Amino acid sequence: MTFEYAPAPESRASVTIKPKYGYYIGGKFVAGEKHFPTINPATEEVLSSISLGGKKDVDAAVKAAKKALDLHWSKLSGRERGKYLFRIARILQERAREFAVLESLDNGKPIRESRDVDVPLAAAHFFYHAGWADKLEFAGVGTKAKPHGVVGQIIPWNFPLLMLAWKVAPALATGNTVVLKPAETTPLTALLFAEVCEQAGLPAGVVNIVTGDGSTGALIVNHPGINKIAFTGSTEVGKIIAESVAGTSKSVTLELGGKAANLVFEDAAIDESVEGIVNGIFFNQGHVCCAGSRLIIQESISDEFIKKLQKRMEKIRVGDPLDKNTDLGAINSRAQLEKIKELSLAGDAEGAERWSPQCSLPDKGFWFAPTIFTGVTQSHRIAREEIFGPVLSVLTFRTPQEGIDKANNTPFGLSAGVWSEKGSKTLWAAQKLKAGVIWTNTFNKFDPTSPFGGYKESGWGREGGRHGLTAYLKGVTHE
Amino acid sequence: MKYYGLIDGSDSSLKEFLNKLPGVDAVGADARAAMLATRSIKTTSKRWAIDTAISMVDLTTLEGADTVGKVQALCAKAVRPDPTDLSVPSVGAVCVYNDMVGVARKHLDSIGGAHVPVAAVSTAFPSGRASMKVKIQDTQDAIDAGAGEIDMVIDRGAFLSGNYIEVFNEIVAIKEICGEKAHLKVIFETGELVTYDNVRKASYLAMLAGADFIKTSTGKVAPAATPPVVLVMLEAVRDFYEMAGVRIGVKPAGGIRNTKDAIKQLVLVNETAGPEWLTPSLFRIGASALLNDLLMQRMKMDDGYYASPQYVTID
Repeated sequence: MTFEYAPAPESRASVTIKPKYGYYIGGKFVAGEKHFPTINPATEEVLSSISLGGKKDVDAAVKAAKKALDLHWSKLSGRERGKYLFRIARILQERAREFAVLESLDNGKPIRESRDVDVPLAAAHFFYHAGWADKLEFAGVGTKAKPHGVVGQIIPWNFPLLMLAWKVAPALATGNTVVLKPAETTPLTALLFAEVCEQAGLPAGVVNIVTGDGSTGALIVNHPGINKIAFTGSTEVGKIIAESVAGTSKSVTLELGGKAANLVFEDAAIDESVEGIVNGIFFNQGHVCCAGSRLIIQESISDEFIKKLQKRMEKIRVGDPLDKNTDLGAINSRAQLEKIKELSLAGDAEGAERWSPQCSLPDKGFWFAPTIFTGVTQSHRIAREEIFGPVLSVLTFRTPQEGIDKANNTPFGLSAGVWSEKGSKTLWAAQKLKAGVIWTNTFNKFDPTSPFGGYKESGWGREGGRHGLTAYLKGVTHE
Repeated sequence: MKYYGLIDGSDSSLKEFLNKLPGVDAVGADARAAMLATRSIKTTSKRWAIDTAISMVDLTTLEGADTVGKVQALCAKAVRPDPTDLSVPSVGAVCVYNDMVGVARKHLDSIGGAHVPVAAVSTAFPSGRASMKVKIQDTQDAIDAGAGEIDMVIDRGAFLSGNYIEVFNEIVAIKEICGEKAHLKVIFETGELVTYDNVRKASYLAMLAGADFIKTSTGKVAPAATPPVVLVMLEAVRDFYEMAGVRIGVKPAGGIRNTKDAIKQLVLVNETAGPEWLTPSLFRIGASALLNDLLMQRMKMDDGYYASPQYVTID
């Protein structure tokens, strides 16, 4: 007999999902008019009915945010703002299981990740920024720095709660008020976060949540009452936003796509590099803007390395996101699954060799087996376009400089990984790589103290760390 | 072929082989072991894992105070870990000091435990500080007394000073004494080798020299069989199989005290070396207290409640 792991599902009992949700505006839960369903991508079960925010709703949210800013939030000291942030952070920790289960249900990501990564990091962002709230004058931003005012925040579906925390925590710490739109397919944890705001006694209107689709996002971006836009999502939408705000006084930060290179040198620690490559591309089903979607490996070790990588991929457990032993969950939506399929077919057509381990995928829901393409060249679409799924493109290099050149030969520049046991080589490579975040002998490590953001088409500005704070302040005189 | 045809047995060929091994990134190895420790093993798989772990226990007593009576009691337990439930398998082996081998072998045979081998710790266990002559005699005595398995310690001093060939030659010499009569387990004392790079080097060195098993520790030094150390050793046997076509066993020993720890070890085996290693002929756990916790958990799974410790026999 072999060692089969019996199902170990996390209980759904900790979450209560209402049949229908409205918005959270001005400290009240208000009903919407039009609705759309949000589903569990692992089963296609309809979880709830979500309100589709229109002009009236966005107007009301911006008005509430402005009122809260003028009457209350701007009059509080940093220390008082910090107290609310600390409170939110603690409540997130107390309700961690509830958030993790809800996130996995709505998003499809494995409970191991929502439990061990998303929720603890979200709480960490609030703790970190709570500490900044009363110390802004020591942040190197000068003495004239002030909050923008009302901030419009549009977040993606890959890390719904975590991206909310990345946006809301620095905005509140620096004294802004917020109108936030969660992604169309993953609104539930943001709506649960509204309850946390209530529980923390946050003054009405400081955080407003308007659900909806792209049209709702456009209303926020174009609203004259919004002073700053913070967006995380596709480069395509990022470009539209940049065009929309051109010529206005709105500030913008954009955190967009990526096609990160994981550069493996022949002197790397091989077993740990294999782990890092797996984590780099299969973490969160590859729905990660900084995913290591290109493995660029030194030709002298590529055959041996790919063999090891394939052996390791055979151990990846694909299935029920709520099972504690699942490594790879469901693709977030049918549309995303279609995009992954389309680009993978392009990989086949262009002559790359596709490989996936044997794994049985559930009948219902949206699934894609972990996949690697070998024999990929710079001119393949799968080497250039962001797939945003569990698909790795493998390219090779002969000399270190060639590796760097291939890694940088992309319109993106969000992240990169360097794998070598030779310190001087990793430092040399890190200097040459054009990417906002470079990991050495690790990948996909996130910390609120570290700034995150990209070069080129990967975005504008930084989030997290001291650098991220400046994006939420105007009149910054020196950094 | 001698040394699997991978080296010629000279100092230079051994050094060349060991120096070509890729390094171990300690942070990465720790992270992988920690991730695998989150596996949730429940219901039927837990029951299977408990019985498998019992069959892999090298039930051990290595005390200055060991007596004939103590060793005989241990043998009885090894054959029938739970006298009230004969579906519980016998353990993998009884592990004792050299002078108790004869006692253990005779007693096992007399109580229907001929299938349970006796493992003898050898080569001036636990320090390994004796002349080669003494180490050889130590091993020969144990085999003559009926040991089916020899758990030898390596000379850590020689290893740490870079004198790999001396360690290698010692293992080769002890393997020669073992011949076909006894399986050879080579103990590294990973707590004294300290780095994962050293653990990897020692693993290959021992496998090339003819070890049937590589074993973490004596149980006398902490830390002992930590999950990342076992991970590195499992990677070594997995990759050695690719090179040499031979499956070498792994034995963590020391610090594995409860069912949870033991199941974590089985998960490491399953997802690193692979399911082929999930058999007592390729994986053992050196332990003493562990067996009783496995029995308690087994009873709990059957009965639905934790029994008083008095329902499990003391060693």
